[in-house]
Parts: sequence; C-alpha cells; structure tokens
Amino acid sequence: MSQFLYLYRMAGTARQEAMGTPERAQQNMQRWMAWMRDLDAKGHLKDRGQPLEQTGKVVRGQQKAVTDGPFTEAKDLVGGFSIVEARDIDQAVELSRGCPILDGGGSVEVRPVMKMDF
Amino acid sequence: MELSEHLFRRESGRLTAALTRIFGVHNLALAEDVVQDAFCRALEVWKVRGVPDNPAAWLMAVAKHRALDVVRRERTARTFESEVSRALESEWTLVPAVEEAFAVDTIRDEQLRMMFSCCHPRLPEDVQVALVLNILCGFGASEIASAFLLTRAAVEKRISRGKKALARSKQLFDLADAEFGARLSAVQRALYLLFNEGYHGSSAETAVREDLCGEAIRLALLLLDCPRTASPDTHALAALMCLQAARLPARLDAGGDLNPLVEQDRSRWDERLVEQGIALLERSAVGEVVSAYHIEAAIAAAHARARTVDQIDWPTIVELYDRLMAVAPSPVVALNRAIAIGERDGPEKGLEALRAIENADRLRRYPFYPAALGELERRRGNLAAAREHFSSAVTLARSRAERRFFEKRARDGVGG
Repeated sequence: MSQFLYLYRMAGTARQEAMGTPERAQQNMQRWMAWMRDLDAKGHLKDRGQPLEQTGKVVRGQQKAVTDGPFTEAKDLVGGFSIVEARDIDQAVELSRGCPILDGGGSVEVRPVMKMDF
Repeated sequence: MELSEHLFRRESGRLTAALTRIFGVHNLALAEDVVQDAFCRALEVWKVRGVPDNPAAWLMAVAKHRALDVVRRERTARTFESEVSRALESEWTLVPAVEEAFAVDTIRDEQLRMMFSCCHPRLPEDVQVALVLNILCGFGASEIASAFLLTRAAVEKRISRGKKALARSKQLFDLADAEFGARLSAVQRALYLLFNEGYHGSSAETAVREDLCGEAIRLALLLLDCPRTASPDTHALAALMCLQAARLPARLDAGGDLNPLVEQDRSRWDERLVEQGIALLERSAVGEVVSAYHIEAAIAAAHARARTVDQIDWPTIVELYDRLMAVAPSPVVALNRAIAIGERDGPEKGLEALRAIENADRLRRYPFYPAALGELERRRGNLAAAREHFSSAVTLARSRAERRFFEKRARDGVGG
C-alpha cells in the first residue's frame, strides 16, 4: 500500500454557497461523514488530517517579503488535507471521487507521498 | 459522533437570538452573518476532525468568539444600540455581557421576543409566517418556497419586507408590554397557520410537511416553557398540534395517497404524541376563556380516543362543532360540523346541514365541499348525484395528492 495526500480545494465563494441554508449545511456534513466513515471502514484512512484557516501569510524570495494570503477570493483555496492509503494512484483517485467537495464545485488534489525505499 | 437531526437549523434560531441581543435587532443581518460563519467553520473542521461530542456547544463557542471579535473590531465604527450596548463599550463588561446573551434562559427569552416581533400586527400573516420560519427555524427562502409552492423570489420578498420592519424597530418586543395579550394571539395564530400549512398544505412532499408541523410544535412548546406565554390557550394550541400530528404517520396509504380519517390505520398513530396532546389539553382546562384552540383540540382528542371507527363519539363531536361555530364561525367549520351530523344522524340530516351553511359560496372553490356532498349522496344511494359531486371535487383539487384522493373516492364509492 502507498500513501496519498488529499488536498481539499475550494473557492471561498463556493464554500459559502455549499453552506447555503442550515439544512444544506447539515446534508453536506452528513455526506462528508459518510464518505470519511466509508474510507475508514475499508482501511484507507491513514490520517484524517487537519482543517486549515482561510487566512495566513506568504513569505517569498530572498528578500523574505511577507504578504497576506492566501485570499478567500482565490480560485481554489486549500481548506484541509487527509492522508489515505491505496494500492496505487488509480485507486486513490477512484476513492476521491466520492468526496462531497466535488458536488460543491471544489476539487481534490491527489498527490502520492514520495516513497523513501531506495 | 452522529449529527442530531436538523442540528444546524435548530441552532440557527438559537444563535441568531443570542447574537441579536448583543448587536441589537437593527443589526440582524450581522447576527445572521456570524451564524453563517460559525456554520462554515464547523463544516471545515468537522469534515476532517469529525463531529465533536457536543456540536451545539461547539457552535455556540465559535459564535461567542466571533461576536467578541466583531464587537472589538467595530465598536467604534458601528453603533450597536442594543439593550446591552453600554456593556459592550468596556472590556470589563464585554465578556460577561456576551456570556449572558448565550445563557440558556436568555436564549429562550430572546427567541420568544423574536417570535413576538416577527408577528407585528402591521405585517401580513404570510410575512409573519415566512419570518418565523426563516429566523427562528433556520429555513432558507428556497426551502420555504418549496414547502408553500411559491417562487423563491416571492418568499425572498416577504422575508426582506419583514426584516426591514424588524430592523426599523428599536428593540425586540418586550414581553411585559401592554400589548402582550394581543401579540400572544398573533403568535399563536402564526404557529397555527404554520402547522396547518404542514398538515393540509400544498406541498406534495411528506418530509417537508412533517418538518413544518414539527417546527410549529417545537415553537409552541417553547411558548409553554415560559410562564408568561404558557397561557391556557397556548396549552390548547399545543395539544391540538400534538393530537393532529399524531395522525401524520397514517395519513398516507401504502401507495402514497391520502387516507381519510375514518379509514386510517389507528395503530399507526403516534401513541406518544396522542398522550402528550391529551395531557396538554388537560392542563389547558383552567381559567374562564374557552378558545377556539380548546375546542379544536377537544375534537381532535375525541378522534384520538376512539380505538376503532365505531367508537368515535359523534354526538360529542357535533356538540363541539356547535361550540366552535359560536366562537369562531367559518364555512369550513360549518362543513365539518355537517359531516359530523351526517355521521350522527344519517346522510339526509348531513345534507340538510350542508345546504344550510351560510356563506356557502365561500366554499365554491373548496374541493372538500363537493366531496362531502358526494359522500353523503352515496350513502343514501343516490349514485348519479354522488358521481357528479366527486367529479367537481376532482376539478377543484389543489394538488396531485388531493386529485388522486377524490378520484379514488369516486371510483370506490360509486363504481364508475
């Protein structure tokens, strides 16, 4: 089994939209719980991961310039991550298809964790 | 940890009430933004970390935190003008004031005051009901629209009209106000309309309708939670709702069609709600005034007490309808009274009572009027007339469920 990082990406506006009404928030939450539970039950969920604040700082270049960001207006802001275990990238991708963030217009970036078995 | 049913919707009303206490009712939109923020945050965090042991407390903690942020950031730029605004000015008193706004009793009282404010006599009843559903029950415009078969734009218009009126008021209704009695009646009436929309309403979706009934009951019980609003007629109203809602599980047959009361499988009635309704009705029997809610609840109780159709006490029910006609006469009440007379004294007498209804022209578009005529004609063997009445009922039906119901009555009853 290999490990993969899921990066949950979504625009700030889409995030508000996915929330919609309290009842939609409830349904959204239930879909996430069901998806996570399913991943866990099948032994794919290595680490639930962490949610990330929508704000922060970016430090860049040799000048070590500090700017505010990322911004909530960004097209695909990383909102959190999890680590899953899968046979290969194809299976990791297949598993990510059930992620409710996709229904809300977001995306899941699937990145293999580099193997250090050389 | 599982999410309890409608957690977000329920907490929405409670948090909005607490935040309105802090920010003032003219800042209702700000309170709603903070609630929305707290929900977004919950989604982000719970998604990955799972739902906490006490999700309601979690949401409240986030809302408090955000409220403090907002006040600290905006207290120079924005006027809060709430009843606690003096306390917001100093760090010494800010935190206790925010804590106090989120205390159990305060949240209950502020929800009641919000409910009373939503039912302002200058607002039409449909606006009052939409406001209550939106602010206190956390229903979005699109959800209200689908429950009431309206366009989303129409509902948004009602809500924004209501919210503008709320924002203009200096503060929420004071339960010690001289107008308390009249306003309590308006609140009861709005909850009664809300319940009826769920019970008889136009939406074909059962889940939506049961939600409306459930919300009406929840708010009625909230009124009962406070001594000032727990009047005998509030008890009667809550009793009526419980007794009617008890029948909801049996209202549809296996094919999803409406079941008339006398044909319902009584074993499917919700026993717990029947008991609760009867207990509330008993507690409502104090004081001098017998309200329409008392009588309607007594009628519902008479139905609920009958284990079988043969046990229905029609003489008592007719008597109760007579009293209801004295207190709150309407053509629909007269129609139900005539049906009960038909059950007690036979179809001839029932038809007589139907024909004697004053203002019967107001029933011209009400499909249950020709349906009642058809039923009574059928019972006295006049099948041709029965068929004609049932087909009028079919043309007047307001929903697919109603149409199928009348078509079935026509088929079963008169073999055509």
